[in-house]
Order: sequence, then C-alpha cells, then structure tokens
Amino acid sequence: MRTVSLVLAAALLASITACAPVEPWVKPYEREHLADAIMALNRNPVSSTYLDHVFESREGARGATGGVGGGCGCN
Amino acid sequence: MRVRPGRVPSWCMRTLIAVCFIAVPALAGVLPPDRADMLYHRYQGGGITVQGPSILVQKKIGDHLSIGANYYEDMISSASIDVLLSASPYREKRTQKSVSAEYLHGKTTYSAGFINSVEPDYKANTSYYSVSQDMFGDLTTVTMSYRRGWDQIFRDIKQNGFIVNDPTFHQRADHRVYGVSLSQILTRNLISTFDYELSTDQGYLASPYRQIRYLDPDNPVGYTLANQIYPGTRTSDAFSVELKYYVPYRAALTGKYRYFTDSWGIVAHTVQVDYVQPIRHHWTLDGNIRYYRQGAASFYSDLFPYAGYSNYMARDRELAAFHSITLGVEASYAFSIPHLTWIQKSTATLRFDRMMITYLDYRDALFSKFDPGAIRAGAEPLYSLDASVFQAYVSLWF
Amino acid sequence: MRNRNATAALLAAILGLALPAWAAADSAADAVAPAPAPAFTLQSTSGQQVSLAQFKGDVVMINFWASWCGPCRQEMPLLQSIYQKYKDMGFTLIGVNVEPDAKTANAWLKATPVSYPVLYDPQSTVSQLYQVQAMPTTVIIDRTGTVRYVHRGYLPGDENAYLNSIRTLIVQ
Repeated sequence: MRTVSLVLAAALLASITACAPVEPWVKPYEREHLADAIMALNRNPVSSTYLDHVFESREGARGATGGVGGGCGCN
Repeated sequence: MRVRPGRVPSWCMRTLIAVCFIAVPALAGVLPPDRADMLYHRYQGGGITVQGPSILVQKKIGDHLSIGANYYEDMISSASIDVLLSASPYREKRTQKSVSAEYLHGKTTYSAGFINSVEPDYKANTSYYSVSQDMFGDLTTVTMSYRRGWDQIFRDIKQNGFIVNDPTFHQRADHRVYGVSLSQILTRNLISTFDYELSTDQGYLASPYRQIRYLDPDNPVGYTLANQIYPGTRTSDAFSVELKYYVPYRAALTGKYRYFTDSWGIVAHTVQVDYVQPIRHHWTLDGNIRYYRQGAASFYSDLFPYAGYSNYMARDRELAAFHSITLGVEASYAFSIPHLTWIQKSTATLRFDRMMITYLDYRDALFSKFDPGAIRAGAEPLYSLDASVFQAYVSLWF
Repeated sequence: MRNRNATAALLAAILGLALPAWAAADSAADAVAPAPAPAFTLQSTSGQQVSLAQFKGDVVMINFWASWCGPCRQEMPLLQSIYQKYKDMGFTLIGVNVEPDAKTANAWLKATPVSYPVLYDPQSTVSQLYQVQAMPTTVIIDRTGTVRYVHRGYLPGDENAYLNSIRTLIVQ
C-alpha cells in the first residue's frame, strides 16, 4: 500500500510539470552563487559516501541522505 | 569448532547497499565533472579499527555519457564490546568494487550502477537505477530511483586453526529501496532538497554472531547468552529536508533534518549543520555538527527477563535507544601541478570527525563477564563510545 | 508483498521514463519567428559604449555568458574561431557577460582572451530584453536587425548549428 501511494505521489508530481509552465523566478543569469563550487549539494562524493557508510553501520536509520540538482542550470 | 561471534555486524555490509551512491548525478542537465579521488579512511573507536583506501574515477565518454568506477577496502581489526563478550578479536578485509554510468539527454539524466562487496562471510551485490529531470526553468530537479540488493550471509568458524565458512550456515537477504527526491531553487542564494526513501528488506536480517542475554540466577555472571531472533522482513521510511544558503561574503551554510521510522519500531531523528568557508585562493574550511537520536526497536532489550521471552529478540546496539553527536572539521588546499596542464584543478583534503555515542538502554556486559558477581546483571553502566574518523584525500579534476 | 514490490518498481520505471516526455515543453528550437532585435548599449571591456545599432548590416551573433558557467567557458574558444573565420564577411560576434561583478570574468578573459567585443550587462537589463532562458544563450540576428535563431545551452557539437545558421544568413 505504501509503495502504491508513493508511486501515485510521484505520478501526480510528474503530471504537474506538464501543465502551466511556471516562469522561473531565478533567471539563468542569476545563478552565479548557486553555481559556486561550495554550494554543490555533494561536494566530495567519495568522502560523503564513506561518512554515510560509517553512520549507517552504527545506527538503525538509513536512507534519504542525498540530493540531486541545483548548480548552474546550464544547458 | 570455536565460533567467532560479535563482529562488526552485518549491518555494516547490509547497510552499505542502502547508501552507496557513488557520484550521484550532481546536475540534471550537466554531466558530473571528470575527476579522480584517492582517499585514505580510518575509523577508530569502541575497540574497532577499520581503515583502507577508496579510489574513484569519473570520466566523460563523448558528450552524453559519463562513467564512474570505485574501488574501496575496509581492513577491519576488531576487539569490540560484542566480540569481547563472547569470543576473541579478529582481523579481516572487505573489498568493494562499483561501476556506474550516467547518460544525459537534454534535461534528463539516466543513471545505473552496480556494486559488489565481498568479505569472508558476507557477499553483497547491488544494482541501482535513477532518472533525473530538470523542470520549471531548471529551478526544480526531480529524481526517481530504485535500488536492489542481493546478499549472501555466511558464518565464520575456526576449524583446525583456520577461519572457514560454517558449511551449515548460508542465508540470503534481499533489499529494495525506492526513492523520490526533489531539489528546488528558492532564491538566488537558497536551494532546498526534499528526499524520501522507502526501504524494504527480506530474509536473514540479523548478525550470525551477536547474541541476546537473559536473566539467569543460576549463572555466575547473572545472565545467559542465547541466539537472537529477528523478523524476516523490515520496511522503513526516511524523509529528509535540506536547505543550503549562500552567505554574502562567500560561504555556504547547510541545515538538514531527517526523520526515520520503520516496522521494527525504530524512530530516529537526525539534525545536521554544516558551514563551508573558503579562505583566499587556496584554502577551504568546513565545520560540521551532527546530532542523532534513536528510539529502540520493539524487540530490542539489553537484558531479557527469561529465556524465550518473546518471538523476536535482539540485543544489537544498532537497534538500541541512543543519541550521538558528531563534530567534524575539514581543511582543503587547492594547488597546481606544474607541467601537467591537463589537470584543471587539484586539492588535498584532511578531515576529522569525532563521533560520541551515548547508549540509553545498552549496558556494558563485560563488567559482569570479567568480574562475575561484582555487578548485578542489568546494573552495569550504560555503554558509551567515542570514535575518531579520519580521512585524507587528493582530488584531481581534468 | 513481492508482487506488489515488483509492480511498484515497474510503475516507477515507466514513470521515470515518461517523465522527460511530459517535461518536453522545455526543449529548445533554434529557428524562431522573426522579430526585431531589441536595441541596447553596453560598456565594453575596453571602456567604450557599444550599441547594437553600430552593427546594422552585419550578421550579428550575441552570446550571453558567465565565467561561472562551464559550458559557456567551453564554447568561447570555438566562438573565437568562428569570429576569426567570418569577421571579414560582414559578421560580428558580441559577447555579453551577465555577471553583476566583472572581477572573475575579467580574470578569465585575461587567461583566455577573445578578440571579439565583450560587453558587461551587470544589471541584467539586456538579458531580460532578450529573455535569456538558459546559460549560455546565443542569439543570431540577420543583416536587417531581425532575430532569426536562438540557441539555448551549449553541448559539444552545437557549434555546427551556429555555423549553419551563420552561413544561411551571411549570403542573404
């Protein structure tokens, strides 16, 4: 049941994108700060993967550790 | 046959599957940059030392494809509280190899990867797939991911002076993780990320070496050890929110919260604050505080009142109630290598994390083991653990 | 339990693949409905005020770029060679830098110089005029001052699209 509702939520989100194109309120030429290397969501993948592994080995919780996106939005 | 129990548990190997995203697509719309990282890692705490290398290479092939490969080793030397409780210290090595590919088509990134982890008593294979889509003028990135793991669990025993797999013990565990992630640019200086992951596990989810203890007045130490009994399934939800803010004088401040709950009754909260400060042209400093709090699993107990108390029983401290604080500092130095013009950027980084765990319902049973009768079973001091995590790595961008 | 998981996974995979199609509204096309190119005057790297009107009669290629944008930096040497090739055939390339602070742009230009005019648009007035929706954006204007092609983003190989557009307009 949980998986089905997850999938439905994702489908809803996806269908939203097909309607009403939203004007981006941060223009591509205003992405300077977001494109800065220090603002990357995952600056050092090897190091952060390792630390995630260290924590997950000792804790009961797992998952939801990373994000994708941001940056310069080029192309 | 002498059993070698109480090792760095299979949690370690099991959960690596849930976390090993190498080079998670950094930007839908742009492939990850070409880079090579050579890392040395070392964990020391609670009687365990784990160290080894991690080498990652990420390279574009053509204009639309990027390939990554990672080689990782854990060399484990363990005399942890679990080991000392029922046997003797040991050494072993875990080797992990992974490959991944990312394909960019317009504003969509497709990725897939495969991880193989091998150690004497645990073999794990994981495959993962994800699709990432930029939308709303690239302010929003939606990612959907699926991860599938197949584990084979063995048990080491000592036979004629050699460590071999117990031929009577061969178990399996399957894992599936479904993830949805959304990253949303809020302002010129602020980006947010929402991440949800649903994990399901099935099969043998315990450690072959760990044991529970129950009150036993007939035993000189006051308790008797017995086998753990775990449920054969586990389903968990994890939901996290992250905000990253660009501070005007050029620094980055990140705040993150994760809520976790599962079918074993564990509820956990994670709060993390991170601050990155570049200094002049070469240095970048990073400070990090992480607070973690966990409630115990419903079938966990440090000391069960009698044998066969419940259908499920565990004493793994990873399922206990505890909280931990981790403080981290990192310094990175950017340098140039003369004559090698194809290297665009190179950095050397040192990172140190100090993890301090305080258990709320896991006691140091070694007190009663080494001094029977001195302390009543169940009245031993609560266990706590301080660990140091050290990383040194060199990164090259080309 | 197993069947439900498999179904969910399959649905997720299908959605994942369908997602790009639904968001296809974002995809760029080069040829646009002809419209007069908005006039502007900006300061160049040499300190002079440069207007678009100065280049009437030439095929003008305007490239909006920033030093923090990887694909922008990647295409500039190619733009330089395009400029060198066609500048004597009634063609001009104008670079418009969109950064509020020119410091990093100047440092980068010093290391990777170009000979075509580069103008500063620190307040994004021209970027807004030309409705820049991606970084980089390349606008190609014909000899009558009409916008004919808009190319959003840069992937290696896109310079061929530029050359095709330029060749079409040069002979008109």
